[in-house]
Amino acid sequence: MKKAIIIGGGAAGMQTALRLAERGIEPLILEKEAEPGGKLRGWHALFPTFTPAEEILTELRRRIEAQGIRLRTRAEVRSLTPKSVTLADGQRLECDAVVLASGFTLFDAALKEEYGYGLYDNVFTSADIERMLNEGRVARADGTAPRRIALLHCVGSRDEKVCQQHCSRVCCITGVKQAMELKQRFPEADIFNFYMDIRMFGPGYEEMYREAQQRCNVHFVRGRISEAAPTLDGRIQIKAEDTLTGRPLRMSVDMLVLLVGMRANDDNAALAESAGLQRAPSGFMAPRDHFLHNVESNVEGIFYAGTVTAPKNIGETLNEATAAADAVAAYLKA
Amino acid sequence: MKRNSWKEYQKQIADDRYYYARSCIRQNFFPGSEKAFIDILRNDLGRDLLDDPKHSSCTGIGYHSDIVPLETIMAVVARQFALMTEAGYENLVASCITSFGVYSEILATWEEFPETEEKARENLLKATGREFRKPASLAHTSDIVFHFREEIARKAKRKLVNTLTGEPLRVVEHIGCHYAKIFPKSGIGGSEFPYVLAGMVESWGGQCVDYPERRHCCGFGFRNYLVQANRGYSIANSHKKLESMAPYKPDFIVANCPGCAMFLDKWQYAIAEMEGTTYGENGHGIPVLTYEEMAGLVLGYDPWALGMQMHQVDVEPLLDKMGIDYDPAAKYLGRNGKYIGKPASAVVNGCPPDTLYDMRE
Amino acid sequence: MASINFGYTISKPRAIDVDRNNLRKSDEILHEMPELQTCIGCGSCTAVCTAGNLTEFNFRRVHTLVRRGEYAGAYEEMNKCMLCGKCRLVCPRGINTRGVVMLIKHKLGDL
Repeated sequence: MKKAIIIGGGAAGMQTALRLAERGIEPLILEKEAEPGGKLRGWHALFPTFTPAEEILTELRRRIEAQGIRLRTRAEVRSLTPKSVTLADGQRLECDAVVLASGFTLFDAALKEEYGYGLYDNVFTSADIERMLNEGRVARADGTAPRRIALLHCVGSRDEKVCQQHCSRVCCITGVKQAMELKQRFPEADIFNFYMDIRMFGPGYEEMYREAQQRCNVHFVRGRISEAAPTLDGRIQIKAEDTLTGRPLRMSVDMLVLLVGMRANDDNAALAESAGLQRAPSGFMAPRDHFLHNVESNVEGIFYAGTVTAPKNIGETLNEATAAADAVAAYLKA
Repeated sequence: MKRNSWKEYQKQIADDRYYYARSCIRQNFFPGSEKAFIDILRNDLGRDLLDDPKHSSCTGIGYHSDIVPLETIMAVVARQFALMTEAGYENLVASCITSFGVYSEILATWEEFPETEEKARENLLKATGREFRKPASLAHTSDIVFHFREEIARKAKRKLVNTLTGEPLRVVEHIGCHYAKIFPKSGIGGSEFPYVLAGMVESWGGQCVDYPERRHCCGFGFRNYLVQANRGYSIANSHKKLESMAPYKPDFIVANCPGCAMFLDKWQYAIAEMEGTTYGENGHGIPVLTYEEMAGLVLGYDPWALGMQMHQVDVEPLLDKMGIDYDPAAKYLGRNGKYIGKPASAVVNGCPPDTLYDMRE
Repeated sequence: MASINFGYTISKPRAIDVDRNNLRKSDEILHEMPELQTCIGCGSCTAVCTAGNLTEFNFRRVHTLVRRGEYAGAYEEMNKCMLCGKCRLVCPRGINTRGVVMLIKHKLGDL
């Protein structure tokens, strides 16, 4: 039986393994963390249907177990070739093909110093909000309920200042989703989304955006927040331009939520160098081409699935994982 | 206030042998500060510093007001470097934030466009017959005081503490825009959370307050205040900052830029006269210090020797809090004991105006 | 006060200060006509506006300012509308723009 190693045990890695097993190839998943699941772990609900992330994750894990697919956790990869993967501890694993499904790195909001993340109470990231939603308790640092919340789009995306020129795609719809979730928890609160462009690329997204506007009364202000500062009463003062009126705008808010982007995985550079893989200027892995070989790398025998090549949503990631497994199967048959 | 990132913005600061470049305007508004810097470095810290009478204005004010062309200011800066080189020094310290910005900008321009450096060398040689080496290190004088802050703390005679309550003094630190907003990496702490003044305040026992408009410009802006018709929006910037900081009840403001210290001090006078508003305690303004004055007070210098009688906002309430023994009668006596004149009473110092006049007359 | 004439005064801030603005009227307007929130600022209304082609009237800008609690002059601006209805025909979000004009006038002026 042919063997394939999948680097990364998130949504992409698990789905790739399932499809490979279906196609008669023996998969081995290598997961860096103590548990599989990747970024889905710790996420609360998925747009545009508010499907609990846990639901998707549990089902994927159930299938992995049911199929008896081998999964090694705490397995950090140092280098790879089409026929082998070397772990950080020096152990070398042989195989017939490799699928890189190692995902992305979440942008560190503290790099946008002007927003004071990590310094000021009541400045949060979208990941913090998901965690709080999971914990069942969304609140300001002092435990009180927010009366006014601002969500800022494009933190660490489309921003030359932090070397992230690409669009992370999913943050816009995440901002809409979180605005609605927050409105549901705090019906009395005024919610403002500050955006540069609203990019609703998926099915049902535009409809969800409209619902947030019309039914939930979420205020969308076209303008990027330029700075955040603490006020005497522990709130956050923000400054932006309301570009559609051409006037500067300021307000204080009880919570500021930074919608952090997806950036290229920190491990990409080292892995790319070890295997001679090409990367896009954004640092994401570059597939052989964007049309007929979009799950293949420039090195024969190394394949890609999921956000290792670009920001994607869960549905796209799962589809791509299936496609990658099929490409592996075709390659190993030839 | 919390600051996590300042240590990531470190720069090399020379430890000794400085070539000192003075400011054009500080001698008028805070006349004791530059002398205090020289005295502290030489006498308290035992460092070597050359105060060279041959150096000139960097012409930054003219440059930023569109009356000095780039090529000219580059030649002037080249001359300062030449004087430094001739004197055998290589660590340039500028007393002025504008100058510091000008030097930083020109060095970066020469790096990026070497032909402009060649041109400056050529112009300088033609005009003066001089040649120069670029400085090995460039720092603002506040960087130097920051560099020695712990040494100063060890020699401190007084702390930035309210001796009546034992509480740390609450300090608003204001950083000149051209210190780190042009090149964030060239300032300690970067542009968002500069630590150059906050580090001194904390080392000397005080406490910095963060307020919503902390990062806002004072409104100096060269062209803006130079033209009377533009002063309305120039003063509005200081007004905005003062409104924003007042609820935090700061004991004093410290600034590292000649223009900022002057504006935050003098605009308090203008605002008080125009609107009757004062921002400090008991109907007074908030005292505004330079970092040399702050260091001088900590090291036990006499406030009048530091030139603090020249402030628009009276500093006595702060001196009293710090438990500083000063002679009120000596306030308006100059260095040789000669009476230097006394300013008219002002609303900002808790007095009704006793003079009525019209600036236009 | 103002015993000294300095030759200038302190400029007033131009920023929309949402903390200072009273949003009650704005909230009422959005409550009665929630579809106004769906405006995406495309400018179709202003592009076809009969009044806006001949005066400074900018329907999109005025209703956006009203939503931020900036009411000054909004009633007078809305009076420039000729109620021709072309804006409603072109609005891609289906907003009852004529209704918005009438509602803003009612809330801010016809008291």
